[in-house]
Amino acid sequence: MNIMETRKNEPVRIGFYVCHCGVNIAHMVDVEAVAKYVATLPNVVVSRNYKYMCSDPGQEMIQKDIREQRLNRVVVAACSPLLHEHTFRGATEAGGLNPFYFQMVNIREHNSWVHTDRLEATRKAMALARAAIQRVPHHKPLEVKKVPINPDVLIVGGGIAGIHAAITMANAGKKVYLVEKEPSIGGHMAMFDKTFPTLDCAMCVLSPKMATVGSHPNITLWTYSEVVKVDGYVGNFKVTVRRKPRYIIEDLCTGCQECVANCVYKEPKFPDAFNLGLGKRKPVYMPFAQAIPSIAIIDPEVCLNFKRGKNPDGSYTVSDKCKKLCVVACGDRKAIDFSQKAEDKEITVGTIIMATGFKTFDPRRTPYYGYGVYPNVYTALELERVINASGPTEGHLVMRNGKEPKRVAIVHCVGSRDENTNRWCSRVCCLYSLKLAHLILEHTDAEVYNFYIDMRTPGKSMEEFYNRVAEEGMHLVRGRVADVYPDPNDTASGRLIVQAEDTLTNRILKIPVDMVVLSVGLEPRPEAEDLRRLFNLSCSSEGWFLERHPKLAPVSTFTDGIFLAGCCQGPKDIPDSVAQAGAAAAEAFSLIDKGYVEQEPNTAFVLAEECSGCKSCIPLCPYTAISFNEETKKAFINEALCKGCGTCVAACPSGSIVQNLFEDQEIFSEIDGVLAPLPQ
Amino acid sequence: MSKPKVAFYWCASCGGCEETVVDLAEDILGVVEKVDIVLWPVAMDFKYKDVEAMPDKSILATLLNGAIRSTEQEEMARLLRRKSQYMIAYGACAHLGGIPGLANQFTREHILKFNYEDGPSMANDKKTRPQLVTEDNGRTPRLPALTNVVRSLDQVVEVDYYVPGCPPTPKITRAAVTALLENRLPPKGSVIAPDIALCDECPRKATKPANISFREFKRPHQALMDPQKCFLAQGVVCMGPSTRSGCEAACISGGMPCTGCFGPTSRVRDQGLKIMSSLCSNIEPKDEQGISAVIQGIPDPIGTFYRYGLAKSLLRRKVNLPTD
Repeated sequence: MNIMETRKNEPVRIGFYVCHCGVNIAHMVDVEAVAKYVATLPNVVVSRNYKYMCSDPGQEMIQKDIREQRLNRVVVAACSPLLHEHTFRGATEAGGLNPFYFQMVNIREHNSWVHTDRLEATRKAMALARAAIQRVPHHKPLEVKKVPINPDVLIVGGGIAGIHAAITMANAGKKVYLVEKEPSIGGHMAMFDKTFPTLDCAMCVLSPKMATVGSHPNITLWTYSEVVKVDGYVGNFKVTVRRKPRYIIEDLCTGCQECVANCVYKEPKFPDAFNLGLGKRKPVYMPFAQAIPSIAIIDPEVCLNFKRGKNPDGSYTVSDKCKKLCVVACGDRKAIDFSQKAEDKEITVGTIIMATGFKTFDPRRTPYYGYGVYPNVYTALELERVINASGPTEGHLVMRNGKEPKRVAIVHCVGSRDENTNRWCSRVCCLYSLKLAHLILEHTDAEVYNFYIDMRTPGKSMEEFYNRVAEEGMHLVRGRVADVYPDPNDTASGRLIVQAEDTLTNRILKIPVDMVVLSVGLEPRPEAEDLRRLFNLSCSSEGWFLERHPKLAPVSTFTDGIFLAGCCQGPKDIPDSVAQAGAAAAEAFSLIDKGYVEQEPNTAFVLAEECSGCKSCIPLCPYTAISFNEETKKAFINEALCKGCGTCVAACPSGSIVQNLFEDQEIFSEIDGVLAPLPQ
Repeated sequence: MSKPKVAFYWCASCGGCEETVVDLAEDILGVVEKVDIVLWPVAMDFKYKDVEAMPDKSILATLLNGAIRSTEQEEMARLLRRKSQYMIAYGACAHLGGIPGLANQFTREHILKFNYEDGPSMANDKKTRPQLVTEDNGRTPRLPALTNVVRSLDQVVEVDYYVPGCPPTPKITRAAVTALLENRLPPKGSVIAPDIALCDECPRKATKPANISFREFKRPHQALMDPQKCFLAQGVVCMGPSTRSGCEAACISGGMPCTGCFGPTSRVRDQGLKIMSSLCSNIEPKDEQGISAVIQGIPDPIGTFYRYGLAKSLLRRKVNLPTD
């Protein structure tokens, strides 16, 4: 007989263990009373309490009892199954039982940590324990299946996090698909001038990595592309990527930009997205000088060879009205193709790394700062472009009116730490504000005022950086800016008054400045919600992708095989983004290198005899695991695709879908147990 | 050898189940030939004391229809249980509580007040209500008391088999009687009907799409129905997917959706919950407003999803109502 099997009709013998978790549980739950109570319940042979059940001695205790007391069921009341279910299943298996004869009771997260009445918490622990004791006799031995894993990886987002993860995986010999929404990779970092705290040039650090991505034999780079469909599961995701038409054939374009030079528009006329509209570009353009891939793109919204306006399906109609000097300039290269259409590519990957980044706060939501109303109010990102040597002013710090500012105010925490907009601290604004202040001082003779709430400079070398730039002669004012308005005494020059309370001196300050820079916070991207659905992720209440556990699984998600890197998980600076990208790559790599994924056996299956073929379940499966067999006229669940969510089980109107570990009898027994009267 | 004894009895029911026995038509003669009917109040004259006088277990089987909603019915159910080898819950009311079970949404007081005082057709200025005991010309007639809660037969006495339906079809009845007389009975507690949902034998099964999603719910009188197409595909609630088959889709063949009288399959604890879970999962709008607009189309959810099964369901009765 298989040692894992329990003989039929063998009496159920349960071992129960309640964990103190140091004092985490024991301070709020009378663990001895719980153990004593459970000892009186039917089928319970052993009932113990122990300081740390997850420790080696704790686990050995279970194994010893299984052997000596001939236990055939094990129940542990401790922390969340998310943390230690695996541990105790392992101990149960090591003791010679099928690991699924184990059941876990959460009396920490669900009990001791959230209650304040010891008596009631103890009674709740007893009720929860009883539920498990009544459930576990119905457990059946189950088998963990191994499914091979596809070694290819998809990385979504080509900012610094996505770039770093892609190179790490590619260097390890894995085939990487890097999908970027914009025409070039580089993300926000490519827009920065210098980076704190080292003040090295952002592009100098970034462009070699971008070039590596562009030329790496293991990386398939798809820019101007979006993921439109994700099916499948860890180890075997089927992903559809839509490649939007750039009207340039990527393989034929050499990046010479002669098309740009010869465009019928002699001068750039259209706002340039990379420079946030501060500069201009032509209908055919290179996103920026160091763009990867180094391939031009045509904007059909403004190119004369297209009819104005989109068709309902999102495509554009060729008008053929232009002289097409670009095509002439391209010559034999023949890289320009006005008839290009969006193309869907289907790929199969085993793991996915999300590195979709953030967006900066739109300061129009804080109208009292006058952004969009007064031309001399800038966002920090706009200042990055203005101050950048490759930016629209070639690095000369001049305002929209062409003048160099004499006095500049930098307003911290715009859209951060604010009840009315975003409550969180965006983590990077203090430091990038200090950096910008430093750069302004470096470029001009201006007086610089930093208005801050608290100066937050944690991290390696950050406080030193703060001390260093603070001594450069800028003004640091501790106070939140209340208002920005035009100087009533000087309406012609565009001069602004920044009003704030200096909370260190208790004075209201009204400081006239030429330029206001808003240190806008970081926000989840607007498409994050769509991505969340597409990839079946969870989001925090703020809208950041949720990690599986903040400490124990900080780059994993609740969907196996999908990992997080960079700011899509929450605001962070470049070093942290890169570190997290490396961690995500390592997690993906460890999964791939193992070669297979273990599949939880809590899957659902259709009782083929009993299914009436009503098809109610078919459209409900989020994993498209259910199909209708036209021959038998019954539903069928592909076990490999089933993730055990239970949706179909609940929805089957004739009770003909059963889920392992969640059979009706198990659940009803559990409910009976939790509702059973407790001793007074 | 004497013929086996069979009893028919009715409790809270409409009489339709009795009708079915007669609907066996000439087959009834075959049954009468093989058994002695020792009790059948609807057709023959027997007295309580006749039954009481029978030895325990002397009746082979009692086919009892109707729910249990009065003290008299409870007493008869207990008496017949004692006298019978097999107690068979016959029809939806005995099986699940049936239509009378819908009274469990209200208290006894509520029901009596409406029926004897507030009902629009009621003329009862003195607000007279039936009394348990009255004096009439020196006699003291007694009436049974209504219980607070309507119960299925198995909530009162042990039941051996169930014959489902409102009413059970002649085919189902014949199958049950034959099984009984030929001693080919299934395991105790079985419902004598196929354990698969009605869609399996529904003539419209093939017209149900795999990607059903409800934008609205209609009742059959609110639209012209396609006589070939699955009711659910037309936005009409059909209980078929959560209802035991065996009726040969009688209602559907007659142009009306299934209302669920055969009750759930053996695998389902609560028929109403299951069909709600199924239909609601397939409602197209995903926001609260959109969802509530769709379910507006089901003005009486209890009457729709628990038409026969309320007494036996997990909901069972109005909160905190004692049985008596």
